[in-house]
Amino acid sequence: MTYSSDPLELYRQMLRIRRFEETVLDNFPRGLFFGTTHTYIGQEADAVGVLSHLQEGDVVVSNHRCHGHFLAYGGSMHALAAELMGRATGVCGGRGGSQHIQWRDFYASGILGGTLPLATGMALAEKARRSGRLVVAFLGDGALGQGAVYESLNMAALWHLPLLLVLENNRYAQSTPITLNLAGDILARFQAFGIPAEERDTTDVLEIREMAQQAFQAVRAGEGPRALVIHTYRFAPHSKGDDTRDPQEIARYRERDPLPLHASRLDPEAVQKVQAEVEHEVAAAFQRAEGDSAANPASLTPPLGAMS
Amino acid sequence: MTTVLKALNAALHFCLAEDPGVYFLGEDVLDPYGGAFKVSQGLSTAYADRVIATPISEGGIVGLGVGMALRGLRPVVEIMFGDFITLAMDQLINHAAKMRWMSNDRVRVPLVVRTPMGGRRGYGPTHSQTLEKHLLGAPGLRVIAACTLDDPGGLLQKAVLRDDDPVLFIEHKLMYTRGVLALSDLEEWQAERTDGVYPAYRLRIAGAPAPTITVATYGYMAEMAREAALRLAYQHEVFTELVVYTQLSPFEPEPVLESLRRTGRLLALEEGGRTLGWGAEVLAQAVEGDLGGLRAARVAARDMPIPAAAMLEAQVLPQADDILQAALDLARK
Repeated sequence: MTYSSDPLELYRQMLRIRRFEETVLDNFPRGLFFGTTHTYIGQEADAVGVLSHLQEGDVVVSNHRCHGHFLAYGGSMHALAAELMGRATGVCGGRGGSQHIQWRDFYASGILGGTLPLATGMALAEKARRSGRLVVAFLGDGALGQGAVYESLNMAALWHLPLLLVLENNRYAQSTPITLNLAGDILARFQAFGIPAEERDTTDVLEIREMAQQAFQAVRAGEGPRALVIHTYRFAPHSKGDDTRDPQEIARYRERDPLPLHASRLDPEAVQKVQAEVEHEVAAAFQRAEGDSAANPASLTPPLGAMS
Repeated sequence: MTTVLKALNAALHFCLAEDPGVYFLGEDVLDPYGGAFKVSQGLSTAYADRVIATPISEGGIVGLGVGMALRGLRPVVEIMFGDFITLAMDQLINHAAKMRWMSNDRVRVPLVVRTPMGGRRGYGPTHSQTLEKHLLGAPGLRVIAACTLDDPGGLLQKAVLRDDDPVLFIEHKLMYTRGVLALSDLEEWQAERTDGVYPAYRLRIAGAPAPTITVATYGYMAEMAREAALRLAYQHEVFTELVVYTQLSPFEPEPVLESLRRTGRLLALEEGGRTLGWGAEVLAQAVEGDLGGLRAARVAARDMPIPAAAMLEAQVLPQADDILQAALDLARK
C-alpha cells in the first residue's frame, strides 16, 4: 500500500469518504443497511491528512466513526458498503457492521476509549518485535470521559511506545456539547503524561498533513508517543437523523468545509475529473454490494476455535 | 510433592523459555517480590525483558494484553485478586472475546488472564470473591479453573502456548500451598481423565460400591468434595462420584451426564454465589439431558457479600459440613 502526498490525490481521498458517507445517509431510508452509521462528513481532512504518512505495515486503531479512517487507510469501498448491507462480501462478512471493521492492520470497534489499551498493547508488541511499525489510534473528544484512555496514556508514555494518538474534537459527544462534559484542557491531558502534543483548529488537509509529519517522524524514531489534537466539526448528525444542534452553528462550520477549501487550490479541471471518477467509483461500489449475496447463516462459526 | 504454586510457577518459566513471544505482565510481579501470591517468583530475573511490572490499571493491562496478542505475541496477564476482574470486564467481553469473531476469524487473541479467586482467608468483601460466574457463557472466552488434580501447571502451559483464543485462568488462593495430586498417586481413589485439552476428572473411592450421587465441582471445592466424599463413605455409607471440571466455559455437559446416567442424583458444588451461577447451569443441563427421575441440589455461597470475620465468613461460604448434609438429604430422596 502506498499513500500519496499529491494534493489532488488528497482531495480524491477526502471526496471518496464524503461521497461514501452521503450515499450511506441517502440510502438509509431504503432499508439497505443494518443498525446505524456514524458518518465522518466534515472530518475528512483528519484521516486523509494524518494517514498520508502511513507506511506499509503500520497499524491503525479506529473507533465507531471508522468509515473515513478505513477508506483513507486503503480499505475497499465496495467491501465497506457490503459490510453495512450485511453481505457475505463485507469486510467482516456481515458480522461487524458499521463500527467493527478489521482488515489487514486496521482495527475498529464501537467501544469508546476501550480501544486505547489495545492500541497501546499493539504498540508494545511492535516495539518488542522491533518491527519499525507504529500504531495510529484515533479517538474523539467523547472518549475523553473514559478512564481506559488515561490508563493507556500512562503506559504508552511510561514505556516509550510507538503510538500516535489522533484526537478529533468534533465538539460533540453524540448530542452533548463539549462544554457540558469536559473539564480542563485537551492538550494538557496528554502533556500531563509527558506526551508531546500539538493542536490545531483546522479543516485544511495540508495543514493537518504538515502537522502530522513531525509526530510521525518522532514516533518512528523511537521517541515515544505523540498526540495530535485536531479541532474539527461534523456536518452530519451523530448517527442517522438525531441532530439537535443549532442549524446556524452547522452553517457556520460549513463555511470551512475541508473539500472546497482544498479544491480551491487545485486545477478546476483536474478537480472535475476526480469528481467524475469518484462518482463512478462510489456508484459502482454500492451497486456491486447491493447485488452481492446476503451473509449466509452457515457462516456463523463458533467463537472459539477447536484446540488440537 | 510439588505444590500448585510451584507447578504454576514452573509452567510460566517453561512457557517463557519455550516461546519468545510469551510475555508476563501484572502488578508487583517483579523479583524480589514476585507477585502478591508469588506465582511469578523468579520470572523477571530469568526473563527481564519479557516480564513487565504494570501500573495498577486492571482494565488497561488486560486491554494491553489483547493488543499484544492481536499483534502476534502470547501475553499472560496476572490480575492480583480475582475481585479486580470487574475492572477488566469491558476488555474481556467486548475486546478479547470478540475480536476474532468480529473480524470474521481473520485475527486471533492468544491471551491468558490469570487470577486467584476465593475466600476463607478473612480478606473481606472485595478480596474474597469467586466472580467467574459473571464471565461464564461469554461467547469467545474460555474460562479454565485449575485444581490440585493431575497437572495444573500443564493446564496453564496449554492455555499459554497452545490456545489461540483468550483464556481466563482461575486459581484459588487456598490451592497454592496444596500438593499437586497425580492421578496415579491417588491411592484411595479410582481416577480417570476425560479426553480433551482441558479435561474433567472422574473420581470414585477405590473398591467402594457403585456411587449413587454425582458431585459436580471445580477448583478448590474439589478438595472439600474429596474430604466430604470420604466422610460420606466411611461414616454414612453414601457413595459418591466426583466430576471435577477444569473447563468451566464453554460448559460441556457430557462428563456430568455420563455419570448421572449411572447415579441419577446430582450435587453441584461451587464457592461462588448460589443464584444464577455455575451450578445452576449444571443442573439446567442435567434437566435438559432428559435423564428421567433426576434429583438434584446445589451447594454454593449464600447470596451476600463475603464478611471478613472468620465466624461470619464461614456462614456465607460453603463448608464441608454443608456438602455432607446436602449429600445426605439427596441420598434420601
